[in-house]
Amino acid sequence: MEKRLALQMRGITKRFGPVTANNHVDLDVYQGEILAILGENGCGKTTLMNMIAGIYYPDEGQILIGGQEVLIRSPKDAFDHKIGMIHQHFKLVDLFTAAENIVLGLREKEGYNLKQVNARVAAIAEKYGFHLDPTKKIYEMSVSEKQTVEIIKVLYRGADILILDEPTAVLTPQEITRLFDVIRRMKADGKSIIIITHKLNEVLEVSDRVAILRRGEHIATVNTAETSEAELTEMMVGKKISLDIPRSEPENAQPRLVVEGLNLKSPEGVQVLTDISFTANGGEILGIAGIAGSGQRELLESIAGLQPVESGEIIFHNPKKDKPVTFFHKSMKRVEELGREHAFHDRSGKEVSFEGMHRREIRKWVESGDVLFKEDEIIDIRNKNPLEIRELGIRLSFVPEDRLGMGLVGSMGITDNMMLRSYRKGHAGLLDRKPPRELAEQIIRELEVMTPGISTPVRRLSGGNVQKVLVGREIAFAPKVLMAAYPVRGLDIRSSYTIYRLLNRQKDRGVAVIFVGEDLDVLLALCDRIMVMNGGRVTGIVDARSATKEEVGLMMTRTEKREEEGR
Amino acid sequence: MNMWLSFLIDSLAFGATFIYGSTGEILTEKAGHLNLGIPGIMCMGGAGGCLFLNMVGKSGLPPVLIVLWGILGALLLSVLCGLIYSFLTVSLRANQNVTGLALTTFGAGLMKVIVFKLNPTVYLSEPKKMYRWPFETRTDSLQRLGILFFLAVVIALAASWVLYRTRAGLHLRAVGENPATADAVGINVTACKYLAICIGSGISGLGGFYYIIDYMGSQEAYLSVEAFGWLSIALVIFALWRPHLTLIGSVAFGFLFSCSSFITNIPGIFVTMAMKPILRMLPYVVTILVLIISSIRNKRENQPPASLGLSYFREER
Repeated sequence: MEKRLALQMRGITKRFGPVTANNHVDLDVYQGEILAILGENGCGKTTLMNMIAGIYYPDEGQILIGGQEVLIRSPKDAFDHKIGMIHQHFKLVDLFTAAENIVLGLREKEGYNLKQVNARVAAIAEKYGFHLDPTKKIYEMSVSEKQTVEIIKVLYRGADILILDEPTAVLTPQEITRLFDVIRRMKADGKSIIIITHKLNEVLEVSDRVAILRRGEHIATVNTAETSEAELTEMMVGKKISLDIPRSEPENAQPRLVVEGLNLKSPEGVQVLTDISFTANGGEILGIAGIAGSGQRELLESIAGLQPVESGEIIFHNPKKDKPVTFFHKSMKRVEELGREHAFHDRSGKEVSFEGMHRREIRKWVESGDVLFKEDEIIDIRNKNPLEIRELGIRLSFVPEDRLGMGLVGSMGITDNMMLRSYRKGHAGLLDRKPPRELAEQIIRELEVMTPGISTPVRRLSGGNVQKVLVGREIAFAPKVLMAAYPVRGLDIRSSYTIYRLLNRQKDRGVAVIFVGEDLDVLLALCDRIMVMNGGRVTGIVDARSATKEEVGLMMTRTEKREEEGR
Repeated sequence: MNMWLSFLIDSLAFGATFIYGSTGEILTEKAGHLNLGIPGIMCMGGAGGCLFLNMVGKSGLPPVLIVLWGILGALLLSVLCGLIYSFLTVSLRANQNVTGLALTTFGAGLMKVIVFKLNPTVYLSEPKKMYRWPFETRTDSLQRLGILFFLAVVIALAASWVLYRTRAGLHLRAVGENPATADAVGINVTACKYLAICIGSGISGLGGFYYIIDYMGSQEAYLSVEAFGWLSIALVIFALWRPHLTLIGSVAFGFLFSCSSFITNIPGIFVTMAMKPILRMLPYVVTILVLIISSIRNKRENQPPASLGLSYFREER
């Protein structure tokens, strides 16, 4: 059957300042097909689709609908051309019912009659096999129901081209199966559906064709039936690029943080982390790779005590503390056992030797408590609150979507922001501003923070400089475990290398560094080991020195075959 | 007529001040703007009314025209205040609380200047007869109610109908709950906010006009308008952001507020002068109780609009 073109994009280019998000992208969408758009984080998938949906306006290029060139300057224009986009973050009014949300903003000729609207919504739902009560309030709905409302909202407005941005990211397997059924029914109805995704199995399951984007460029469009997972992965991640990041051999790597069988549920009851187990060694950088939203953030937050864990163990090996040698049941056996594993020393640090001594003398010496040995303190940090965890030296330098949100107070200067972490020091409730000011000056000097002054509100600094302040502060408190999530996001090359150098210096100091990154080239060049996460599970831990980009890419995207409906 | 019934009717007449004030404030808050300038706006409404009536004074115009002219003056000045407030908080995104408080101080002060300069005998001569239609000839307590009272009831009911039964109301509530969503579906958020704030201010302004010209009919009355503005804002919470509930709330508030003078009329109860201010606290105590109860029940429908007090800026993500 001859397929008719629904939408064409010709040479679409979009730049954000110096960054080119899309570079001369050509894309065709036919009527009655499901097109998947596949690519890594930040490859420009969503940006490209936002230009069809009227959120952004392309700098160059044309969009043709049914062969006619059109200008789409606002979401309303997109609706007029029968294009509807379902965003990842739903745009719904919580307090309204489904039907009220669906008609919101419409100016229909007939009067406003909710009963009619309810009936029409129910009719659309039935036609495509949705389950939806039009009179239910949004705040009472599950994520999947909210998504249904968004899809019907688009259908109600008569859309023929539907764009779904990562529709399965928030759904359970059963809900995904149901969504795909609906999508197939819409396709049978002659609608064009574009799905943005990075899950290979879903691409293979539901789509007719796949368009692959990489670093803002359109790599290829292939027929799903004629391709394979391996081929798609290769096109998606590309060839390895060599970056000149120094990497030292880890010295004397000792387990520092051991996570065993960690499970975590979101407040909505969705399983976010499933059976996570790994060991972070001191003197090593452990990279965490994965598509955004695979549970990296939740994992780090649960280690830092910010999220209550459902089950599993998080054990912290506090390094080498002096402990007096003791007897076990008054016998020398324990002393002998300890002696085999550890070197004893006295309070001045001098090595202790029992050679040539009588048993009784040894006993007396040991009982005095002067014979010491160094032992890792084993602490279960699940029972600790965030403050205690911080005191143990586990530092979370989190760089979330908004950098200021979690670490810094935007309206305060650098000195004051330094004090946020040291306010408990000092006497009688008075603050000593001198040490934090010195620290602030040191960070500005060493990390080359560009700021007009030490008391300039950090909100006024550029993103890169804010990040340097944040990472610099966490490092300054001599951590034993340093967790950095996306510390180079949005930074220029120079600042990124400063951050890499900082992380490497911590590694050489024996700190266990956990680095969550999104650029596979960087992860492979900087880290010692890489743990790959996918959908809240660990899909593998590889040696970064020998792993290939394709190998990691495949682990990031391939999910085990989903359980069939009703398991 | 029975003492209780006449007291109830007096509460109704007095409460109309609050119906205007809080219906206006509810419309503003439904657009996501907490307008603490309502007391000032009510003052300006009163001042505008006095000023305009002073102009036509004893010109011998038909009473209907004089009434309408006075209302026009009240609307003009209060909507002007609403425009100032909207420009500052919607267009310039100034802090709503600070802007509102400034407007209250400004409005109350300017009113004193305006009203003080006027000659009360010109515009307050026999006013009640003009406003108390159709009861102007009654001698019992019913003569306290008039067209402006009924207008207040109609406005409150109409506001509820618009908010919950029309497309415009749906859009307005969407703007107050989630302006980003409203913007995304093509609602003009700025226009919607301007319109709601200005209409709300106009309605509130009528409250000040009603209290001075109709209910009290005395120039001295302007001194307490500001206090009733604050009570109106409290009544918004009492009415759970629903205009039709202000009808019940305003009677309750009117009753509670005049309790202090009424209670002395009941035989067997003795109230000293010192007790009166304490009795006047009752409306506020009840407001706090309502706030506590509605917070404990924690029903989403009874909460203030979600984006109340927050400025909306499209480019912020």
